[in-house]
Amino acid sequence: MKKIAASVVLLTAAALALAGCADAPQTNDSFLACMISDQGGFDDKSFNQSGHEGLLKAESELGVTTKASESQNATDFAPNLEAMQAQNCNLTITVGYLLKEATEAQALVTPDAHFAIIDDNQIVLPNVKPLVFKTSDASFLAGYLAAAYSTTGTVATFGGIAIPSVTIFMDGFVDGVARYNEDNGADVKVLGWDKDKQDGVFTGNFEDQSKGQNTTKNFIDQGADVIMPVAGPVGNGAAAAAKEAGNVAIIWVDADGYETAPQYKDLFLTSVIKEIGASVFDTVKEAQAGNFSSDPYIGTLANGGVGIAPLHDFESKVPQEVQDKIEELKADIASGALKVTSPSDPQ
Amino acid sequence: MSDLNEVQPVQPVSRWSDAFKKMATSQVLTSILAIVVALVLGAILIAAADGDVQRSWGYLFSRPGDFFSALGGSVGSAYSALFQGAVFNISSSYTVGQFFAPLTKTIAYSVPLIFAGLALGMGFRAGLFNIGAQGQIILGATLCGYLGFTLNLPAGIHLVICLLGAFIGGALWGFIPGILKAKTGANEVIVTIMLNSIAIFLLGWLLTLQAFRSPGSNMPVSPRMAPTAQFPHFFGTTIDLGFVLAILAAILVWWIMERSTLGFRIRAVGENPDAARTAGMNVSMSYVWVMIIAGGLAGLAATSQLLSSPAQQLNIDIASTFGFDAITVALLGRSKPLGTVLAGLLFGGLRAGGYLMQSSTGTPIDIILVLQSVIVLLIAAPPLVRAIFRLPDPERERKAEARAHARAAKKEVAAS
Repeated sequence: MKKIAASVVLLTAAALALAGCADAPQTNDSFLACMISDQGGFDDKSFNQSGHEGLLKAESELGVTTKASESQNATDFAPNLEAMQAQNCNLTITVGYLLKEATEAQALVTPDAHFAIIDDNQIVLPNVKPLVFKTSDASFLAGYLAAAYSTTGTVATFGGIAIPSVTIFMDGFVDGVARYNEDNGADVKVLGWDKDKQDGVFTGNFEDQSKGQNTTKNFIDQGADVIMPVAGPVGNGAAAAAKEAGNVAIIWVDADGYETAPQYKDLFLTSVIKEIGASVFDTVKEAQAGNFSSDPYIGTLANGGVGIAPLHDFESKVPQEVQDKIEELKADIASGALKVTSPSDPQ
Repeated sequence: MSDLNEVQPVQPVSRWSDAFKKMATSQVLTSILAIVVALVLGAILIAAADGDVQRSWGYLFSRPGDFFSALGGSVGSAYSALFQGAVFNISSSYTVGQFFAPLTKTIAYSVPLIFAGLALGMGFRAGLFNIGAQGQIILGATLCGYLGFTLNLPAGIHLVICLLGAFIGGALWGFIPGILKAKTGANEVIVTIMLNSIAIFLLGWLLTLQAFRSPGSNMPVSPRMAPTAQFPHFFGTTIDLGFVLAILAAILVWWIMERSTLGFRIRAVGENPDAARTAGMNVSMSYVWVMIIAGGLAGLAATSQLLSSPAQQLNIDIASTFGFDAITVALLGRSKPLGTVLAGLLFGGLRAGGYLMQSSTGTPIDIILVLQSVIVLLIAAPPLVRAIFRLPDPERERKAEARAHARAAKKEVAAS
């Protein structure tokens, strides 16, 4: 019995000692930049990860202090924002359209704190800066490339949830394929998205990879040999299905999949890149210098905010004239000679 | 024979050591020790994930002080943030309200866990392993939400209608496995798991319909709940009527289980269905009733999400992971109402504190899940806890005592 009593006392003492050596809360004289992910988490190999990398870059290069919290589902958004605000963040960046409601609510509660939200430009508040991307510019190029590369004459795309930041990829992709057909008198079909009706195939979330895998299998069964999943980590399921099928290429989104998802690198024809990291870095830099503004940042092909990744392993498999044509289109879009439009374009 | 009644304990035991023995063999102690072990394991993981600890580990033998201070620092600050996020905030004690703000959040987060935990606990005591709380919450939320944003009623009545809706939605989803079990013997584990999936896809589909869609939005979320369908708050805190209802529900469940005929029947069926049947009880109907009441209680768990203010919206994540966390809560609470309330508060606290812990110290939020899982693992295996803390085995003690009694009685008989 003595032993038990002793161990109870010891444990209590240990617990007290542990609690006792907690640091007193630090006084923050340096700039504190904070970030909150959506359900994908910072290891989604996609846009949360890109955003987080931008934040870490700001930490190492600008000397700001950073804090980051992951959300596991939508019920975490508001508590995470609130807990972050208790840390006295100077700037809080929320990653994704899904955090719009929570960000808006918190921004109203703490009007003195600054916020930036990626992929949403519907919040109109003096302390919220939207970071949005004219992704259709870049996915147009990917669509053209996909149509040129396809041997079956069928390509496909699907989304996670039908929100503007997702469907804008699909709009550009469809237009790119249409342009290829027009230029070459071809008839490449796109499965999974009807731009006119703004309706298509969605997995319903950004988490369930098995749904991405099943959707992709269906597309492959229907003859698609280039597939662009616009669904964050769900894209991993698409890559798994493509690997299993063989002879199917994937177009990754948000980040260069060749680097962020190296286990599937030989499948990636290209990636439609949103330079989320760069936009985060620039926003932190501005805010740190005291120049925060609520004017939206719009990433375009012209300012390098969006782009397509190098072809990497596919360099030799895509004819030079196609590659030249892509470069030509890229220059046309950047200069404004060619306009790519989508109902989801940031205003 | 009268001296048989005067049989003294074989060995005179001091009152203190007796008390100790009782404590050491009690289930409450096992639960508390399980929490302690979980915290220790959690501390090891927090330390292992910490950058400073990893760095100082590299030169542990040349300067051990660094390692131990990094160790203490990482674990201490993580747990202190967890504590401050869940109980009270030491650093910002400006007003009493702010001081206790974390506690009120803990209470708010505990409400759905208490409701769903009570629901599952009832099932466990009837011998039903109901995993369907998640689906029952979703159905409750669907009905409660729909009534909340479509109807136009006076304040009090609207709230009651929504609560009824939540209960009926959940009860319906509980009734299905109950009646299937009663009539066909279908395994409730499998049926409830399947119904969870059906519920989530049903809600997902409903949210694509115009009737459930917020006008002008392309997101799968409903319009906001009407202001008439919101719980009143107490003292300007996050504690609202939901918590009071949860406590009332706990008392009601206690009354049903311990004092009513229905509860007696449920417990008898849970202990031994064959014996209960032989005794003339209707086992099938007991299953159906348990599942209806439990489903309704789980459905009410949705109200703490939907009927809180500011005005909420029905979305696909409305049930979060409450239905699954509640299994843990019910197990930790040993399926008893008081235990479930306490376990619900603990898990609510882990949730509330987890947000602050992650945001202030960057400790991965997954630690919370590890803590919860270890607690359940140890609760499910009491011998493991006893082995770690060298506690006596209550079964063996009891048997030894019984043997001693029997011996003593025999001796008495022989002597007379």
